[in-house]
Amino acid sequence: MIFGVDVASMVLGGVAAGMVLFIVSVGLSVTMGLMGFVNLAHGGFAMLGGYAIALAMKQWGLGFGPALLFGFVVTAAGSAVLERLLYSRLYRAPELDQVLFTIGLVFMMIASVTVLVGPENQPLMLPPFLRGQINLGITQYRTYSVALIAVGILIVSGLWLVFERTRTGAQIRAAVDNRRMAESLGINIGRLFTLTFAFGSGMAALGGGLGAEFLGLDPQYALKYLVYFLIVVAVGGLGRVTGVFYAALLIGVLDFALKKYVPQGGTAFIYALTILLLLWRPQGLFGTKTT
Amino acid sequence: MTPPVVGWTDHPAAVALAARHRLRAWEPIPWVLALAFYFAFPKYLGFGTELLITILFALSLDLVLGYAGIVTLGQAAFFGAGAYTVGILAKRGIWNEPITGLILAAAVAAAVGLGSGLVLLRTGGLTLLMLTLCTMALLEEAANLAHDYTGGFDGLDSLAIAPVFGVFEFNPLYPKTQYLYVLAVLLVCFAFVRTLVYSPFGQSLRGIRENTLRMHAVGAPVRRRLVLSYTLSAAIAGVAGGIWAQANAYVNLGTLGLDRAATVLIILVLGGHGRLYGAFVGAIAYMVLSHFLSKIYPTAWQLGLGLLLVVIALFASNGILGIAEAAARRLRPPRAAS
Repeated sequence: MIFGVDVASMVLGGVAAGMVLFIVSVGLSVTMGLMGFVNLAHGGFAMLGGYAIALAMKQWGLGFGPALLFGFVVTAAGSAVLERLLYSRLYRAPELDQVLFTIGLVFMMIASVTVLVGPENQPLMLPPFLRGQINLGITQYRTYSVALIAVGILIVSGLWLVFERTRTGAQIRAAVDNRRMAESLGINIGRLFTLTFAFGSGMAALGGGLGAEFLGLDPQYALKYLVYFLIVVAVGGLGRVTGVFYAALLIGVLDFALKKYVPQGGTAFIYALTILLLLWRPQGLFGTKTT
Repeated sequence: MTPPVVGWTDHPAAVALAARHRLRAWEPIPWVLALAFYFAFPKYLGFGTELLITILFALSLDLVLGYAGIVTLGQAAFFGAGAYTVGILAKRGIWNEPITGLILAAAVAAAVGLGSGLVLLRTGGLTLLMLTLCTMALLEEAANLAHDYTGGFDGLDSLAIAPVFGVFEFNPLYPKTQYLYVLAVLLVCFAFVRTLVYSPFGQSLRGIRENTLRMHAVGAPVRRRLVLSYTLSAAIAGVAGGIWAQANAYVNLGTLGLDRAATVLIILVLGGHGRLYGAFVGAIAYMVLSHFLSKIYPTAWQLGLGLLLVVIALFASNGILGIAEAAARRLRPPRAAS
């Protein structure tokens, strides 16, 4: 029985972490799938969004919900400007230029935040109703983790609906599968991409704010977790919402379990697993082969 | 009147092609300058040693990135492999002769490069980028875990390295021996890389970089060439790591980190990749700037570096040497033979 409770709490914690991973990574997956753009600055958008949320709560006394919305809107708007002005110049550039450009962008984000806010960790105060424990029948568990899971499920269902059931979603799927063909059919790829890019960055901001409670929030956030976001995207497959979701849950639970039972070397196991998986299926676990 | 006989050697393009590998008049200058530095700035020899090692490391990256066109974020894996080879052998008192130590470091790094290259280079693009990153992260974790051998997070320090040729001792406070030793190793490695990139093998690497499909079509063994260049590059990076461990008398996890891999990438691109001397120019520009700025204004340094990267990526993807070449082309009227 104790073992059962243990497993349940482990799965819950892992799934909660996986939800945050998903919320941050989904935008990265879609933009990479859509434009083949290697955007290493995605973690930077999550970091900036997290700061916007934390500061809005601290300075203006905004509630958690409104602050999340604020972070989403600000980051999405800012990233849309960046995309139009700078990113769009590099869509046809070699990968190396994209990598350098986005690394440079991350450095600038980290430095600006360090100057403007400071290098220390920003605490994020959760509202009272999200603190403490909740009784789930089989086990007591942290309210916030349960809330995260609920929010994550809401978001993934919403995204799934948008992706599978709306015109814009169909256009994005078409563009991921075959950009030229989609363009020939009169889909405005440039506008579509600005839209998805902004939305993806906004989601990253949400993830940055939602995950700050256990991932922390300091300027180095932008690089610290980048490898994790990239792994989730690579495992889930480019441009696949559901793929990224399963991959994020998988990595979240694995990471949580490994940290608990194999505190030494758990991360190495995830890296090794990713390498093997990508060798077996370069397009990711849930991706389909695209040209 | 018979037309003059025109052999292939008379065609300007052929002449340029045949003369490309010849030593140019200015090529000894960097080495003379490096020697002059030894006498002119005895106080900065520690910095100079670090600079020369960085050049060597950037040179190894140039071989894969600049010539073979493999975008890797994991070059530090080989640097670290070399550094830990020297470190572990010296710490356990198994082997501390420097020159053979470097050969061992190169061999271990080359083995890591060959092993990972054989599997990694089957992929391309983002997957390859991810795999190089993951391989490096995996090695870093492994080094962290095996702390009985590697010292874990603390690394291995006060390594006892035997004198070079049994005569010239390494002195951490007055790194005179280190400087000259590193300079000599750099010269040897540079001569090797220079010969390699102008050889038919080097030309085929360029071909793969420019058009992989066409190289496949003309029957070049693309995969084998890529793996070989990856392995050779790993060996040179291993030498750089090994010599770093010898010169500093310590090894730590930082030798395997993403920081080091990203920095060397930045250095190479700053100087100009695929140009041999880009490694020199980039390392000097970066190291001098970082030496004077990063300690005093660390945040401004990071901001400036980021801005520089963005500007390079957007407007000058051939780096400082690329800008210099473009300027030279504008100033000089086109010559028939070049």
